[in-house]
Amino acid sequence: MTDMTVEADVSSSEAAPDRASALRFLKMSDRAFHWMTFLAAVFVLALLGAIIVSLIVGASPALSTFGFGFVVNERWSPSREIFGALAPIYGTIVTSIIAMLIAVPVGLGIAIFLTELCPMALRRPFGVAIELLAGVPSIIYGIWGFFVLAPLLKETLQPALIDIFEHVPLLNALFAGPAYGIGMLTAGLILAIMILPFITAVSRDVFQTVPPVLKEAAFGVGCTTWEVVGNIVIPFTRVGLVGGVMLALGRALGETMAVTFVIGNSHNISASILAPATTISASIANEFQEASAGLYTSSLVALGLLLFVITFLVLSAARLMLMRIERKTGG
Amino acid sequence: MNSVANTLADPTPGGDALPAKLRIKNLKFFYGATLALKGIDLNLYDKHVTAFIGPSGCGKSTLLRVLNRMYDLYPNQRAEGQVLLDGDNLLDPRLDINLLRARVGMVFQKPTPFPMTIYENIAFGIRLYEKLPKSEMDGRVETALKGAALWNEVKDKLHTSGLGLSGGQQQRLCIARTVAIKPEVILFDEPCSALDPISTAKVEELIDELSATYTIAIVTHNMQQAARVSDYTAFMYLGELIEFGPTNAIFTSPKNQRTQEYITGRFG
Repeated sequence: MTDMTVEADVSSSEAAPDRASALRFLKMSDRAFHWMTFLAAVFVLALLGAIIVSLIVGASPALSTFGFGFVVNERWSPSREIFGALAPIYGTIVTSIIAMLIAVPVGLGIAIFLTELCPMALRRPFGVAIELLAGVPSIIYGIWGFFVLAPLLKETLQPALIDIFEHVPLLNALFAGPAYGIGMLTAGLILAIMILPFITAVSRDVFQTVPPVLKEAAFGVGCTTWEVVGNIVIPFTRVGLVGGVMLALGRALGETMAVTFVIGNSHNISASILAPATTISASIANEFQEASAGLYTSSLVALGLLLFVITFLVLSAARLMLMRIERKTGG
Repeated sequence: MNSVANTLADPTPGGDALPAKLRIKNLKFFYGATLALKGIDLNLYDKHVTAFIGPSGCGKSTLLRVLNRMYDLYPNQRAEGQVLLDGDNLLDPRLDINLLRARVGMVFQKPTPFPMTIYENIAFGIRLYEKLPKSEMDGRVETALKGAALWNEVKDKLHTSGLGLSGGQQQRLCIARTVAIKPEVILFDEPCSALDPISTAKVEELIDELSATYTIAIVTHNMQQAARVSDYTAFMYLGELIEFGPTNAIFTSPKNQRTQEYITGRFG
């Protein structure tokens, strides 16, 4: 034992200068690491800035020609070089609303089932299936929507909707025929299916952050599962939920491929959700190849800028809403 | 094991006349295949405080969780035997579990305020069972908060979040919430283990006051606390009830060797 301590002493005194240089090296590598991570972070900001700048530069000919009219004009006529973005904006917003109306309740329902009610043995298979759904490439949703879903809707759901609401005021305009199969409703449905896994996965994850003892306390005052979910789980996780929903909405607003297949690509604003329309991203994807340089291309870039702005506004609105909720409950 | 038989032979030392609110008969509890309670027989006396002491893992919290069927939330957990609340068997699967939990309230180790305002934390539970006009609800909330000695501290901020209170205040809010439903039995699962000494004193005082109205069971790791707040004490070890009797008797002249060793701090 004593031998060993002596040896250790000797080696440590010999190692002293080594240790100092090792420390110097560590300090240097630490600083290098610091700068590397800092540069990586700055790179993201620079990238974002570059995208915004190039969008603005590319869009400026169109925006200076049409001014604010670009946003409020419905007419999109490449042959006469008149470009108005109202129709794609309208299509983008309507299809996203349809998608959210369907996907949010269904996604929340699945998440609640998975976290609160589902037998343990079934949780994994369900979870994996949802994640697989999220991994399907959008082009597959597109061809499936075009060749399978749209013909099916044309024969079944759309005629039924037209018949049911034929004599109901307001709603008959919303569901006015003819049934094309493709159109805003079909695009909305496809979008709903595409964002469903996002909403489900995010809400399932945030539901799992609710402390079990909090749920027990709520069950302890005699709540049913429904009351616990409605009064405890959802309020407790609302920040995460809104975040997940907004993420999904962002995806719905920007989704291109699948929507391009089933929306019909017509620059029209129609009250009927069965009518063909177009979205911002579908317009860009459809037309960028045939766009002659100049005003046409610039208008497409301006469309991209608009999509960017809309997404930004949606995210800001979500932030604002959360802040207001938080102030109200003081939590 | 002899000692268990002894205690069972004389389940109510020094107080046969007391009415039992809860009668636990040959209660066995399983976590999957693991036997966690090995046949407990015990009475909780009406309007008295019973403390459960014992080393970690002895089954005292498990026992508490049987008394309001909290274990029902989890698969693979089940109880056998009988727990009679005024003669109704709590373990009967046909029993309405939500009504049971209105009769048997529970306060947890950590404060568990709901994510809503102080007022709503109380009113929420009441609303599950009664439909009251606003003025009456205000009164009930005030009574509950006064009952938990919290009213003076929160009366000016009833409509702010319950999460903004201190730990001790949150715990008293949880007690107020439990009391507001007018239960018959209140279960405390180590209610002070996350609280500072001053808050602990307040909660203990509160338990004392509540015992005038409610039947109380409290699990605690703190011997002094058990001695201070309880009328009866049950010592449990490895899923068995080793000794049960008036708190005075348990702490001054325990009959069982292990009880003595535990309360004097020699094991546990």
